[in-house]
Amino acid sequence: MTTATTGTRTTGHAVGTAHTRVEGRDKVTGAARYAGEIPFTELAFGWFALSTAARGRVRSVESDAVLEMPGVLAVLHHGNAPRVDIDYVGMLGMPPDPTAAVFQHDRVPHAGWPVALVVAATSEQAREAAEALVVHYEEEPHDVTFAAGSEHPDAYSIPGPGGPGVTGKGDLEAELAASAVVLDAEYSTPEEHHNPMEPHAATARWDGGRLEVVDSNQGTLWVADELAKMFSLDPAAVRVRSEHVGGGFGSKGLRAHQVAAVMAATVLSRPVRVVMTRRQMFSLAGYRSPTNQRVRLGADAEGRLRALEHSSLSVTSTVHEFIESGAGPARVMYDAPAHHTANRVVRLDVPTPTFMRAPGEAPGSFALESALDELAEKCGIDPIELRVRNEPALGPVSGLPFSSRNLPACFREGARRFGWADRDPRPGLRRDGRWLLGTGTAAASFFAGAMPSTAAATAESDGTFTVRINAADIGTGARTALTLVAADALQVPTDRVRVRIGDSDLGPAMIAGGSMGTRSWAWAVTAAAEELRERLALSDAVPPEGITVRSDTTAAVGALTQKERHSFGAQFAEVAVDVATGEVRVRRMLGVFAAGKIVNPLTARGQFTGGMIWGISMALHEEAVRDRNTGAHYGADLAGYHVATHADVPLVEADWVDDPDPDDPVGIKGIGEIGIVGAAAAVANAVWHATGVRHRSLPIRPDRVLEAGVRA
Amino acid sequence: MATASPSTYSAVTLNINGEKHTLTVDHRTTLLDALRERLDLTGTKKGCDQGQCGACTVLLDKRRAVACLQLAVAAEGREITTIEGVAEGDRLHPVQQAFLDLDGYQCGYCTPGQICSAVAVIEEHAAGWPSAVTDDVRPEAGPPPLTPEEIRERMSGNLCRCGAYVSIVQAVARAAENDARTGRTAEAAQDAHDAQGTQGAQGAQGAQGANHEGAAA
Ligand code: FES
Ligand code: FES
Repeated sequence: MTTATTGTRTTGHAVGTAHTRVEGRDKVTGAARYAGEIPFTELAFGWFALSTAARGRVRSVESDAVLEMPGVLAVLHHGNAPRVDIDYVGMLGMPPDPTAAVFQHDRVPHAGWPVALVVAATSEQAREAAEALVVHYEEEPHDVTFAAGSEHPDAYSIPGPGGPGVTGKGDLEAELAASAVVLDAEYSTPEEHHNPMEPHAATARWDGGRLEVVDSNQGTLWVADELAKMFSLDPAAVRVRSEHVGGGFGSKGLRAHQVAAVMAATVLSRPVRVVMTRRQMFSLAGYRSPTNQRVRLGADAEGRLRALEHSSLSVTSTVHEFIESGAGPARVMYDAPAHHTANRVVRLDVPTPTFMRAPGEAPGSFALESALDELAEKCGIDPIELRVRNEPALGPVSGLPFSSRNLPACFREGARRFGWADRDPRPGLRRDGRWLLGTGTAAASFFAGAMPSTAAATAESDGTFTVRINAADIGTGARTALTLVAADALQVPTDRVRVRIGDSDLGPAMIAGGSMGTRSWAWAVTAAAEELRERLALSDAVPPEGITVRSDTTAAVGALTQKERHSFGAQFAEVAVDVATGEVRVRRMLGVFAAGKIVNPLTARGQFTGGMIWGISMALHEEAVRDRNTGAHYGADLAGYHVATHADVPLVEADWVDDPDPDDPVGIKGIGEIGIVGAAAAVANAVWHATGVRHRSLPIRPDRVLEAGVRA
Repeated sequence: MATASPSTYSAVTLNINGEKHTLTVDHRTTLLDALRERLDLTGTKKGCDQGQCGACTVLLDKRRAVACLQLAVAAEGREITTIEGVAEGDRLHPVQQAFLDLDGYQCGYCTPGQICSAVAVIEEHAAGWPSAVTDDVRPEAGPPPLTPEEIRERMSGNLCRCGAYVSIVQAVARAAENDARTGRTAEAAQDAHDAQGTQGAQGAQGAQGANHEGAAA
């Protein structure tokens, strides 16, 4: 029984105590307003027209007829839109994806590329006009086919979020030849889409020489900075707000809708809102690249790895590089005398993929953790024991020590709770009526880092405190977590603290991304709040304007020593497989994590289980399919692209072991992504245990199960 | 507003949360857009605009409906309840309270739809409607036990991309339990809802004070 509080009178113990969301009441009553819901007088509505050609040039945009339609105010396209600058490096250290810089030229690099924005007085008028708009193309042959690695000789390696493109040590072939047990297997994961429930939405307007954008994003300063650079504006002349965000998962950065809204607001001198439709999101909002991966493992008779090779191929567009670093997890999880990893991309006529919850780690862990399970089977060793035997002392690639590595503790606790000790490792033995039952496990890890942030803490004259930090709460519970962190640092009850977030005017801070948001923000909040408390101890009274202390963690974060810093976890799943219909159902799932200090157990549980449910969805449902002929998706909507719903999700449990980060003021590591890592592998390994057949391609669809049959 | 051509616009009166709103709408305007863009009732969310996600779920004559597939002109004469009309003034509906206490959400965008759906699920179940997972569907069998499996099946039209399903199911179960403890049938529940009376067991954990310690499962 967890006790959740809505505010406490005791001080100093808010962190670690379950607390309901501070904005919870607004969310359950419908009072919380998301980006597309703030009213503006004279608001006009923009609607994208997207390319039906998959490659070529726009020959003409027949806007005249559309401009005659009721309510239509403007048609923006490459022939008339304001010019923007994309020759810069953004806050995240990357050049902008030209996909966001709409209407700058007549080239069409993929189907669903924005070719025009129709602006009208009502959304109905804008939509009708956008759908009526005739665009002529000069089409060129396109290629959207992602095949096995060997069929893409033009693939190349680039560094990515997971580090360098290629790493290697030791003689792989020699170690494989000397191994008692060898595994060589190929795995694939499909194109996956974030599909946050709230579609991307932005309203732009000019307010006395200042550009104001109400948006749904994962970092307001990130978006403001890019808009300022693109439109050559003084950074101080751009304000972006994003108070409530209906999910992001990596997709809510700078996108075409914000840029188009700013262009339209500039041209029309009135507020313009652009909201993506669900279908448009499939080509405009980014996605996770499909991957084709190969894992080769060699082990001695005791299961100790002598050779490990993991190579991963993903796609990117022809206009921008983004790499899905599937080989990343191997650089952290397991060592071997011969250890080689490679991430490569191939360019196709498709939209640019982007960060999606646990980029690299989610698909990479599916391949690697499935391979470990296969190796365990071949060695006749329990899969948990195999992993424990291969716990590295140092980072396999970096050679650096781990800040902490509590993976065995997660497996011990998880195995105990899941009842792993009673498991018969032989596959295909358990039945429940028409269902074959099986259990599986997998390991998880995710990078634990911090980025510089600034915060301000104010003691108000009424005895309350206001904390200002440009954080983003995309559903993670960050607003509440920071309230608890601030309350403890100030040594006051949580109900005396209010936290303001989601406004670029609040100054520089980390985005909600890389599982680093809450940790980075909490660090800055702690620094400001602790100093404020010291300041208050020395002053008699708080003046009417309050006392404000500001913090900047740039130096402190920069002083962190180089170490392998990660969260870890153990995933367990039980599945039932109906071999007559091919249906796979997850019956229960447990994840035990070592992921730093847990600030708010109530919301943290949701972060972990939410990620694990993404794992179920990834294992069994999600798959975006492209039509080779048109270059566009089949069924680009929530009926064609399945995400797990209530009936697909059993009781999913998450818990954690004590694992505070010794180098963080609050002990936080970050929990937004690790829940999905290894989850799909645990499900797939359980399907093998149920049926005796390995499924190396996701999702494990009924037709694949039927075709593969049973091998007991 | 743009010049309204008489053939494509009509005046309608919508009965929303017990209040009448008269407005002129484009015939193509969905109930969802009328709520969000014309009446500033933005609690009802748009997740897909295609009837595939449940984010826009409202109650039409107390039954669940997706507002994105309803034309506003066709909603005249219906009793429309949106998330803004679920609470009794300051007192949250037991379903809302359970979502708040048990963290039945993350980003909150699917939440109004989940809550409206859950309110109706509890009523539908109490009225004896079976679901696809109900074993005994004979009318005389009465309502099946409201197991997690029953709740999941009945709530499956409401997607939650954050994956808050586990706590949503717990919240619906708790709200239904509280409902059952007060002995409310579908009709009685509506009466209790209409009246400004006490809400039985809900009061034990329903207080809203910032200092209140609410028990969660
Ligand atoms: S918005 Fe109506 S069902 Fe999705
Ligand atoms: S809470 Fe985010 S979609 Fe359900």
